[in-house]
Amino acid sequence: MIPAPFDHITPVTLDEAIRALTSHGEEAKLLAGGHSLLPLMKLRLASPKLLIDLSKIPGLAGIRQEGDKMTVGALTTHYQIESSELLKEKCPLLPQTARVIGDVQVRNRGTIGGSLAHADPAADLAAAMLALGAELRVRGAQGERWLKAEEFFLDLMTTALSPSEILTEIRVPVLSGRCGTAYLKLPQKASGFALVGVAVWLRADGGLCADIGVGVTGLGAKPFRAVRVERHLRRKRLEPALIETASAEVTLRIEPLGDIHASAEFRAHLARLYTYRAIVEAARTAGISLTKAKGK
Amino acid sequence: MGPKKRVSIRINGVNYLHEVEPRLLLIHYLRDVVGLTGSHIGCETSVCGACTVMLDGAAVKSCTVLAVQADGAEVLTIEGLAQGEDLHPLQEGFWECHGLQCGYCTPGMILSAYQLLLRRPDPTEEEIRRAVDGNLCRCTGYQHIVDAVQYAARKMKK
Ligand SMILES: Cc1cc2nc3c(=O)[nH]c(=O)nc-3n(C[C@H](O)[C@H](O)[C@H](O)COP(=O)(O)OP(=O)(O)OC[C@H]3O[C@@H](n4cnc5c(N)ncnc54)[C@H](O)[C@@H]3O)c2cc1C
Ligand code: FES
Ligand code: FES
Repeated sequence: MIPAPFDHITPVTLDEAIRALTSHGEEAKLLAGGHSLLPLMKLRLASPKLLIDLSKIPGLAGIRQEGDKMTVGALTTHYQIESSELLKEKCPLLPQTARVIGDVQVRNRGTIGGSLAHADPAADLAAAMLALGAELRVRGAQGERWLKAEEFFLDLMTTALSPSEILTEIRVPVLSGRCGTAYLKLPQKASGFALVGVAVWLRADGGLCADIGVGVTGLGAKPFRAVRVERHLRRKRLEPALIETASAEVTLRIEPLGDIHASAEFRAHLARLYTYRAIVEAARTAGISLTKAKGK
Repeated sequence: MGPKKRVSIRINGVNYLHEVEPRLLLIHYLRDVVGLTGSHIGCETSVCGACTVMLDGAAVKSCTVLAVQADGAEVLTIEGLAQGEDLHPLQEGFWECHGLQCGYCTPGMILSAYQLLLRRPDPTEEEIRRAVDGNLCRCTGYQHIVDAVQYAARKMKK
């Protein structure tokens, strides 16, 4: 379990890191927490010749509020997100999601930027990003650009980042008004990764769902935003039966993954069930009282 | 072979300076280079937690950290917990409450518990179970480990 030989550098500015990425091309890989990359390298599924360690670049980690947005640096660890009092108050969906990633040791090392850039089809934070309509700030040799979470995930472990770009920060809205949030996942028993995970935030206006975001991970080759489910519920009075029909739409036009842990059919079932449960839970935390549906 | 890098790491209060290959894992550095064999290697694949050590105040699986990533950092291993002949309350708790049988998981288990008590000096049973979620034990069935951590929490409060 020893990686193939490589060189390791620790640039102290973003520009220096981008220059190294640009000049080494496919041979180089960025290193954040290393909790996706190092396991791959130990199995020799990845053998970069150069690791560009981001940990010494100041300003890449941290959480702050900027008006009606929360900004989270790419190098912020899952634990920092999980334990941030500011996020618990302003955007609780992030800490709720981060706290169910892996285990304590993984959350101490793993970073939000690494998780999103790695684009595991079952990454938990991806679901929250999609539900919240997060914006991702990216720097490369050509300068800077912003990507929407929906444009970011392209396919299985594939993102819209070009090989010489670095994800620097993530912006999510401050959830103001009567908002409710929930992240529910069914972990695969041994690895802890989500068979399916569903992130929901919604804003209540009386018994009405004024606005809603639903992000799903684990079901298909890439995490996605369940736009149909959202559309079905926006500006509607939330009732269990309505949530149930809306949740059934989560699998439309999606090709569910099937593997030894869960068949495609079972994953699709889980997606509908967890979408239902996550919406009910978000509605409850937003203060909407629902009459109890049978058997859920 | 990649070029060697100089690392300076403070382990259990002692400064070490070595030249290492960038691919050297922290656990191999601790065991094979420094000679601290208290931290164990179980799975080598980031799941069992036997290799858990504290790195700048955070419990990490040292099989999933490069020694070069620990350059300039402070590491605490099981060897650094006792003060001379006096066991750390966690070590005493594992002894008193039978928190181990074969002992293979114990160094990692204790460091994860150490992390918990830093963050939550008065944890609930559920918090203890969650804190050792990343540490596997094939012997004890975990109940005695929970007892041992509760013992230590009580003792450290005094
Ligand atoms: C035992 C274990 C259990 C886990 N369980 C879960 C789980 O339940 N849920 C979950 O979601 N995840 C889980 N993970 C994955 C974990 O969350 C990883 O930490 C995360 O996916 C990657 O973050 P990292 O900082 O470690 O990235 P790294 O491993 O350092 O990097 C991952 C990839 O992203 C690239 N990269 C990193 N940072 C950037 C950046 N800023 N810009 C551009 N590219 C970048 C790297 O080049 C690399 O290709 C688990 C991991 C382990 C080892
Ligand atoms: S040896 Fe590191 S987690 Fe098992
Ligand atoms: S005591 Fe044997 S593995 Fe835990």
